[in-house]
Parts: sequence; structure tokens; C-alpha cells
Amino acid sequence: MTPEELEQISESEHEAQGKFAHRVNVCVAAGCLSCQSQSVKDALDKDITRRGWEGRCQTKGVGCMGLCAEGPLVSTDNGTMYKGVTAADAPEILDSVESSPIERLLCPTDVPFFQRQKKIVLENSGIIDAERIEDYIGSLGYGALIKVLTEMTPPEVIQEVVKSGLRGRGGAGYPTGLKWSTVAKAAGPAKFIICNADEGDPGAFMDRSVLESDPHRVLEGMLIAAYAVGASEGFIYVRAEYPLAIKRLRTAIRQAERMGLLGTSICGTRFSFRIDLRLGAGAFVCGEETALIASVEGKRGTPRPRPPYPAQEGLFGEPTLINNVETFANISPIIRNGGDWYAKIGTEKSKGTKVFALAGRVQNTGLVEVPMGVTLREIVFEIGGGIPEGRKFKAVQTGGPSGGCLPAELLDMPVDYESLARAGSIMGSGGMIVMDESSCMVDVAKYFMDFCMTESCGKCVPCRVGTYQMHRLLESITQLEGTPKDVALLTELCDLLKNTSLCGLGQSAPNPVISTMRSFADEYKAHVEERRCPAGVCGNHRNSEEPA
Amino acid sequence: MATGALSDFAKPAPPNQDKRWRLVDATMRRLGQHPRGLIETLHTVQEAYGYLDEEALRYVATSLRVPLSRAYGVATFYHFFTLKPAGEHTCVVCMGTACYIKGAPQLLDTVKRDLGVKPGETTSDGKVSVLTARCLGSCGLAPAVVYDREVAGKVTPHGMREHLAQWKTP
Repeated sequence: MTPEELEQISESEHEAQGKFAHRVNVCVAAGCLSCQSQSVKDALDKDITRRGWEGRCQTKGVGCMGLCAEGPLVSTDNGTMYKGVTAADAPEILDSVESSPIERLLCPTDVPFFQRQKKIVLENSGIIDAERIEDYIGSLGYGALIKVLTEMTPPEVIQEVVKSGLRGRGGAGYPTGLKWSTVAKAAGPAKFIICNADEGDPGAFMDRSVLESDPHRVLEGMLIAAYAVGASEGFIYVRAEYPLAIKRLRTAIRQAERMGLLGTSICGTRFSFRIDLRLGAGAFVCGEETALIASVEGKRGTPRPRPPYPAQEGLFGEPTLINNVETFANISPIIRNGGDWYAKIGTEKSKGTKVFALAGRVQNTGLVEVPMGVTLREIVFEIGGGIPEGRKFKAVQTGGPSGGCLPAELLDMPVDYESLARAGSIMGSGGMIVMDESSCMVDVAKYFMDFCMTESCGKCVPCRVGTYQMHRLLESITQLEGTPKDVALLTELCDLLKNTSLCGLGQSAPNPVISTMRSFADEYKAHVEERRCPAGVCGNHRNSEEPA
Repeated sequence: MATGALSDFAKPAPPNQDKRWRLVDATMRRLGQHPRGLIETLHTVQEAYGYLDEEALRYVATSLRVPLSRAYGVATFYHFFTLKPAGEHTCVVCMGTACYIKGAPQLLDTVKRDLGVKPGETTSDGKVSVLTARCLGSCGLAPAVVYDREVAGKVTPHGMREHLAQWKTP
């Protein structure tokens, strides 16, 4: 594959798509598929055949359009979007491409949910067909790879990533450029790249959506990373619970291999790189990098002390670069437009954009990509459309089981790595769950502790025993049988787990408890002093459930 | 990473004539008959047979030259693997955060009351297995339930009761 050949594929793709007078895009990512969007697409195709419109109107199965709660979503080339579409609506939709839009199904796109977003990672989502490499190439795909292979040296690539200020999107926010240069400097006969697609946080579905909507983008990011650090083999560690993402990744890898964009002597250079999938098997701890490595090696996913860091001694004892899906998805636009361009977006220390999975008690549930530094209020109330049914906002939870609950007082806080950490939460991978007054914060803390207890790998005592004890205390508090002494003990255990656990899971397991204790102390107090749950959630029979 | 001379090692024959063992063998071959292929191989077994039984664990362990204890350790460490056959139908209740605050616990109550089984169990007539998922990633559809691999969104206890009733009638 040469730059000219790539250009040619892109041109013929544009030409092929340009032949159609109209185009109807149907979302076929998992969210809409489970609302039967495939049958919508089939009905459209059938009606096109019936009308003899084969050469005139194209239907395309595309990735996530964002507003997952309103699926199935359909968009037409004149910028109209329809929500809640059924197969029976197909003829009407085809009629509408040449006349006025259907009022009944209209999903307005001039609202903040769409207008306030800035799409870099998701720029192709909802636009290209994830199962066709040509469509990706037609949207500048693999252009960045060709650019680094033909015009840039590996140190120059790393320099560009450093300049961009990109930080790891898996949650911890480690500077990506720094990680790359450490792996590049490490000596080893072989080096590996691992893409962490084991999106384990409950309430997070950004990575799944990126993999389903734009898998080639992730492959391209991995290829560029491999070239920069000198790796020849890569693995994508993806959750077995994401069958569609796995299928599309497999298709993408096969297509890239066939075009000579993956494999030996890529684009006629000396650079070779292979990518294979490894399926996760449902262990949250495998998001921790050393546990993930153990799992890729076919073992139980238990972490080990660091150092040595995976950058020096990782997979099979060799230097290994581990980045998250979203991190890799940011790479090709950075190379295409330059690190300086990326660094202009966001805040001083948190550059670029972040994809959030907005869910819970919020009007617009779905996937949003915003520049770093926007406030929580903008995300929840403007983009998210606020709380439904006229209820009152109570908290927004970020960072999953390792994160915290942020109360209304912090709504004007900018969303970046530092601000979230200062507020007792973390950026995490990007799950954002909105809660209203119907949620009890002690119950929520118990929910996350239950999760951490179940997911603790059992290797180190503070986490194995500590999460169990903390869960027991929270259990008794939510059964309205706790005492103020229990709360004091809970505080003590938070400190213990935070400081003595082996890995991130145990160290951050107390975060939901700490943050709710800090911001909703009166709720804890009501539970233990007045034996009363202000939200009316606790104390009923269902809390007597045995731990799994 | 070679453990002993390969020539000394004779790969065991599959436990029986079932053709599905060929899929399992193919996975092991693709990964070089190496211990590091353990998880991938167990995935293939579970996909082919629905669960991992002792026979399968023994066969995979011996073929990949890992101790049975390690194969068992891996099989029980990861939630995705199951050592028991599933019922005719499966009902997976998502317990992700969004589903939790939008009523998943009530759905779980419904299942427990209607079927008399807890998550991870199968009804005594072998009809329905009830499971929980950590998060399906379908948070836009919360609360979500997977009935026999089909995701259903915005599930209510009433809707769920109706669905379960369909399965109970022979």
C-alpha cells in the first residue's frame, strides 16, 4: 500500500458513494440493535428494491449516533435525524428524503446534546460503516499511518504525541507520550502493544461504542504506537461480553491484513506488526495492567507489585505498552493535525476531549464527547437535558467503583483530571451516572462496595478482607441496624484499604464511601442515629441478599 | 518458554467422538499448544458446549500441559466461565450502576419470587437459568435484561413477569 494507492481507494469510495442521490444511515451499534434497528435497515433495503431505487438511494449501517436511549436512530443525508424508528416507518422515511421531514419521528439536532459536543474520537461514529475498511479510508483513515511510515521517524511520532498533551483515557491519566518514550527506550528482543478494551466499570460503554463504530481507528492507533516504540506484536484484550465489538474487530483486522496495512513489511517498509484478540472473561481487576498481562498470558488475572512497570517488564517479561481504546483512538487525528492542534483543546493540564457515557436519571442518555474543562452542570443539564420528571438532582457519579459521587455544590467544577481528583472522585474511563433524590447515597456506596468485594482477586489481605468487612458494615447501615460506631469503623477501614492494598482496585475501593461520607454525611447520620433512610430506599427486605 | 522437549509429549485424544472437540483442538493448535492459550481454549469449549465440565477441563489441561489445578483456578476465577450447564432459557439481569438506580434490584426480586431461584441458579425443571451481569454497556436502555441473548431495555417487573410466564408454559 502506497500513499497513492490509499488515495485511490479513498477516491473510488467517494465516487461510489457520490453516485447515490440520497443516503439513509441506520445505527447498527449494540444500543440501537437491541431496539431492532437491523429490521429497520432491512425494511429500508426492501422498500428501496420495491421502488427500484437501487442506484439512487443508499442505506448504510453506521455506528453510534449518541442518543442511545431514543433508538433506533436513523439519519438522512440532508441532516435530518429520526428517533424510535420501526420497520413500518421505512416507506415514510424514503418518501421524506425528497420532501419534508416526518414530524412524528423527528429528533431535533439543533439542541445542546448535539451542538455542544466536540467530536474527535467519535468523528466517524454514526457516519461510516464500521464493517467496510474502504469507508474508513474514505474518511482519511490510515492516512496518519502512511504519514508516519513515509515521513516521520519513531522519535518524531513520540514527540508529536508528547506535544499533544494526551493523557491515558483509561482513568489514571498518565501522560501517553511519556509512556511511549519509556517503552521506546526499553531494551528487549521483542516488544508488545496491548489495547485495553476490558471496559469493566459498570455504567461505562464508551469503548464498546468506539470498537463497534470505528474499529479501524483503534487498529491505526495501535499501528502508529507500534512503529513509535518498536513493537512487532499487539493484542486487543476485549470483553467477551461484547460480541458485536469482537466481531467487528475481527472483520477489521482481516480487512487490514488483506490490504497490507497489517502484517509483514507494511506499505513496503521494514515495519511489521500483527494484532490478535484476547477475550477477557469477566474480571474487573483485569483492567489493572499487571493483572491484564497475566490474563493475556492465560493465567488468573491477579496483579503484581510494580515496579517493574510493564513498560520495562510486561507481557512474557518483555517491554509492553498498554493503552486504553480511547487513547489509541485519539492518535490518528493527533498525527494528522499535529500535536499543537490537539493541545489547543481542553484545559492547561487536561488536553483534548473526553467521551462520557451519560446514563442514569438524566433526560438524554447516551454517548457524548466534550472538550476537557466543561463543567458538570453543562454536561448534566445542558447536554444531558437535566433530570426527568421534574425531580431534583442529587449527585453525579464518575469513575465507576473507583470513583466518587459529586454533589450539587460541585456542579460548576470543570471536568478535568485534577479537579475530579481534588473533589474525591476520578475521571475514570468515562462513565457518568446521574442520580436524583430517589437514590440513597449509602445504598449507592454499598452497591459499589458489593462490586469491589465480588471483584477483589483475593491476592492481598487488605482488599480481600477489607472490602468484605466494609460491605458488611454498609449492609447493616442500609438495613437501618447500624450505629455511629460502624460509621467510625468504616472511616478507619477506608484509610487502611487506601494505603495498604496491592493494586488500584483495593486502593480506590473506598472512594465511593469516602466521597458519599464527605458530601452526604447527613444521610449516614439519618441511617445510624434516626434509623431512617431519607430517600426511602433502605431497610426493606431486598437488602438482605447474600453476597455473591 | 519451552517446557520440556515437545517430542516427548503426546497430546491426548479427545474424550469422545463429539465433533465439537475439533473446534477446541483448532484453538489450541492456533495458539501453538501453549499453556498461554488456556483462557482462549476455555472460551472455545464454553462456546461449543455451553459450560466447562471436569472432562473438558482435564482434556484441555493435559493437552496444554498445565496442572489441572491451574485450569480449574482459571475457570473459577473468571465470572464468564460456568461449570454448570445452563437451563433451556437464560435470563440475565444487568446490575450495572445505571440499571441499579433505575430498578434492577426490583427486577431481581421479581425473578426470585416468580421462579424461586437466586442469581447463578437454574429452576429445578431445568427451564430457566437466572444470571446477573456486571454491566452490559446498554446503559441507555436501563434497566436492561437479556432474555436468551436478546437484550430488552427499560424492563419493568410487570413486563418481566410476562416474559418469564411465556417460558414456563410448555
